[in-house]
Amino acid sequence: MSLDHSDVKKIAHLARMALDESQVDAYAEDLSKILGLVEQLEAAETHAIEPMSHPLHMAQRLRVDEVTEKDCRDENQAIAPSVVNGLYLVPKVIE
Amino acid sequence: MQWETVIGLEVHTQLATKSKIFSGTSIAYGADPNTQACIIDLGFPGVLPVLNEAVVDMALIFGLAINAEIGPRSVFARKNYFYPDLPKGYQISQFELPIVGKGSLTIDLEDGSQKAIGITRAHLEEDAGKSLHEDFHGMSGIDLNRTGTPLLEIVSEPDMRSIKEAVSYARKIHQLVVYLGICDGNMQEGSFRVDANLSIRPFGQEAFGTRTELKNLNSFRFMERALNFELERQIDLLEGGRKVVQETRLYDPDRDETRSMRSKEEANDYRYFPDPDLLPVEINDQQLQRARQNMPELPDQKRQRFESDYSLSSADALMLIQSRHQADFFETVVSSGGDAKMAVNWVTVELTGALNKAGIALSQSPVTPEQVGGLLERIADNTISGKLAKQVFEAMWNGEGDADKVIEAKGLKQITDSGQIETIIDEIIANNPKQVEQFRAGKDKLLGFFVGQVMKQTQGKANPGQVNKILLGKLKG
Amino acid sequence: MMHSKSIVELGTGLQTGEFSSVELTRHFLQRIERLDKDLNAFISTTPEQALAEAESADQAIKVGQAGPLTGIPIVQKDIFCTRGVKTSCGSKMLDNFISPYDATVVEKLKHAGVVSLGKANMDEFAMGSSNETSFYGPVHNPWDKGRVPGGSSGGSAAAVAARLAVAATGTDTGGSIRQPASFCGITGLKPTYGRISRFGMIAFASSLDQAGPMTRDAADAALMLQAMAGFDPKDSTCANQPVPVYSATLSDPLEGLKIGLPREYFGEGLDPAVAASVEAAIDHYKRLGAEVIDISLPNTGLAVPTYYVVAPAECSSNLSRFDGVRFGYRCQQPKDLEDLYKRSRGEGFGAEVKRRIMIGTYALSAGYYDAYYLKAQKTRHLISDDFKQAFETVDVIMGPTTPTPAFGLGEKVNDPVTMYLNDIYTIATNLAGLPGVSIPVEPVNGLPVGLQIIGNYFTEAKLLNVAHRFQQETEWHRLTPELESVASD
Repeated sequence: MSLDHSDVKKIAHLARMALDESQVDAYAEDLSKILGLVEQLEAAETHAIEPMSHPLHMAQRLRVDEVTEKDCRDENQAIAPSVVNGLYLVPKVIE
Repeated sequence: MQWETVIGLEVHTQLATKSKIFSGTSIAYGADPNTQACIIDLGFPGVLPVLNEAVVDMALIFGLAINAEIGPRSVFARKNYFYPDLPKGYQISQFELPIVGKGSLTIDLEDGSQKAIGITRAHLEEDAGKSLHEDFHGMSGIDLNRTGTPLLEIVSEPDMRSIKEAVSYARKIHQLVVYLGICDGNMQEGSFRVDANLSIRPFGQEAFGTRTELKNLNSFRFMERALNFELERQIDLLEGGRKVVQETRLYDPDRDETRSMRSKEEANDYRYFPDPDLLPVEINDQQLQRARQNMPELPDQKRQRFESDYSLSSADALMLIQSRHQADFFETVVSSGGDAKMAVNWVTVELTGALNKAGIALSQSPVTPEQVGGLLERIADNTISGKLAKQVFEAMWNGEGDADKVIEAKGLKQITDSGQIETIIDEIIANNPKQVEQFRAGKDKLLGFFVGQVMKQTQGKANPGQVNKILLGKLKG
Repeated sequence: MMHSKSIVELGTGLQTGEFSSVELTRHFLQRIERLDKDLNAFISTTPEQALAEAESADQAIKVGQAGPLTGIPIVQKDIFCTRGVKTSCGSKMLDNFISPYDATVVEKLKHAGVVSLGKANMDEFAMGSSNETSFYGPVHNPWDKGRVPGGSSGGSAAAVAARLAVAATGTDTGGSIRQPASFCGITGLKPTYGRISRFGMIAFASSLDQAGPMTRDAADAALMLQAMAGFDPKDSTCANQPVPVYSATLSDPLEGLKIGLPREYFGEGLDPAVAASVEAAIDHYKRLGAEVIDISLPNTGLAVPTYYVVAPAECSSNLSRFDGVRFGYRCQQPKDLEDLYKRSRGEGFGAEVKRRIMIGTYALSAGYYDAYYLKAQKTRHLISDDFKQAFETVDVIMGPTTPTPAFGLGEKVNDPVTMYLNDIYTIATNLAGLPGVSIPVEPVNGLPVGLQIIGNYFTEAKLLNVAHRFQQETEWHRLTPELESVASD
């Protein structure tokens, strides 16, 4: 699978990352090479194989329903780029 | 052309836990912005989710209530998209293997018949935060308190064929989750939110038409109005030779119309995949057993039991079970000494009237069911008359104590001593010779005058039955 | 010389009052000041905090409440959140990120009494095998400053090798502890997935990431692991398994130990000189009574391609939280919301991180999920089954940690695929979740070479025992790079 200029731009948009126009072709080349490596998987016979999403065969542990967290807004927002009246500010959200 | 309406609903119910689905932050409503958002909810670098046990239990109870396929494994997945109210850039939800599989719910139709609505699945997920659009110099403010609030999303099959059916189904789900104690059902606060998918097709056609998804239906009334608007809109489009576009539309209650949400038009590619921070949830028999034990009586079962145990009419039983709270209130009234039929009247008429007048909910009632029961007991044992009971009720409402205390304090105890009543009557007969003469001459209506005089003398406390009997005896004698 | 001592030796010095933790800490801080200019192993140093911790350690020692790590100066990889201290993860994105909380590993090590000298350099978001993707510039290999230290825990490895810290923490997603340990001539252990809490460790690929100790020898690694390991209720993927006393079994005899040699780890691409060093080490094990068995891990060739689907897929989602809204880098004057996202992320992430995010985004996207992500999850199962089968007949698996010794700075940085293939021997264990340790064996042309020992799940005690027995009889782990002509201390 080879990716071209417009493929890369689409993927970068999906990942919300601005790329320098001048670098898009270089990314296309690198990503195509990586996909070339990945395509070696096609040869593997995996017909009856279960997908493995986790290394350990454990079940999810459950937490008791208790309130354990206290308000740390000031500390958490001390490093926020833009805050007013306890709200995080972003350019206007249009619905 | 005759059009058939096809509706499917997605209901988001906020689960009534203490803490969030993946963190120990409170989910209490109405806190200051971002004061109920810990580093886990905020998606800080390095944080990890741990699943709340109560959320699983609640989902299982719901699954059992709709006879759904459950387990043995359920998996959490990430739904990836960028939005400022979604701190991690993905929502932890379920995609394959939801916790509750196929089930169904029966609704009552207007003609008295019933219809089973298929439920495709119900899955657990975390809620997002809120964007506040008040103008902060061209910016939006983000409050992430709601982030991570546990939701059970209940997805129906496109089984509803009218707007009435859709509303009936939504109400039934609402009633069920409140009964089950897994959701407070508060639609204003967003604890119960409905999205609807509506399409139309010519009668007799099998294939579905193109659907639109309606959002922001935050009351049953709005839901009905939005669906009506959308139905008309789609009919107009198709009859005008145009096409319905598959899209998400927002209902605007102020204008009573739906409009396209342009920002959501861009085709989303959510890139679902199993969340590697969470392991598969394994549902064992023990958990299911526990859920079964914790399962409260369901509305339909309660209705039947009320009819047989309390000899109530079907209509009375149906009215009482509308809310679990009211049904519970009624049962406590009865167990505290109230006669069942009287209790129906007192709960659904007197109390409900007073609550409506005060504009408060049953949960905020200043009168307890035990107090109402005590009052009804005093009516039944002739301590007070039914008429005075309303006065006692008012006093109880104003916080003056139980029925017995009010009766005592106000001296409302009924006079049942026939000697005492006789003495009073004798005096009244002696003082009103003219009326006695007229009565004896055949003016029967004057009995009311004499009863009134007795009641006046006794401030309404004389037992009306006894008064009638003694009066008649003496007047006719 | 204090800095050439191991944790065990320093512990004795501290206990007997030969030197205090404050003196020890000052000594290391001075070494960092003097030598790190040429190495760039540290992103930040925290001298005030370190001296304060050293003072309390001295206090604890005085009142007899010291443990084996009390007062020992270490460095934390900058992937671990440290409260009140910049936690950059090697990225411009987090250059301004002061963490409001401590990672569980950091908390546990503090509890054990360590002194933290600062934060170690690393590949950006742990994505790299050479430490050249760091926003803070490459780390230089102390053995040859023209070469890479390996990555992503390159700063940790270089700091321990150069004795700028007694020990370090690292993380390993595809070899990021073992490969730099190998390149820098130290001992690096990647424990079983789930042995150490991931809470507070900035996620790269959640189903592969695991923290571990990087030390001069296996005995020190045992002490560090002891403090780091254990159940954490904050991490759903952390195993609730008892933690053995790792030091207790270090010297157990190795008679009858069955060592599996996968033929796939000794094939094409392996530098013959590296092969010779590794084989010599294995011969040593034979002399210690071990039995060597030829085995096959037939799906080895699938490991790198599988990894480059799974890891990018997870990272593409894990790194979505860096959006310029709540913390981290935010672009100047975004014109709208999309611009805020795109430029904050475009300007905040480096090229390799962007490449991996894009590969992962692509692999998960509609129409490609089955062909890439689902397929890789299946081949991951095949790889895992290879090991399962192997451990039915052998106790440990041995081979080279890397195909070559450290390569030159700039040599592979422009060729991602060649760079990726350097991790061919280490990646499979992450996919399977198994523990592995790299220990120094005979160097090649003055460059360190690592022997990798892979164990079955939760057999860290056995791995450390096998590593320690070798180190009891060899001196490779004691070799130190020449960093200054004047032996001033």
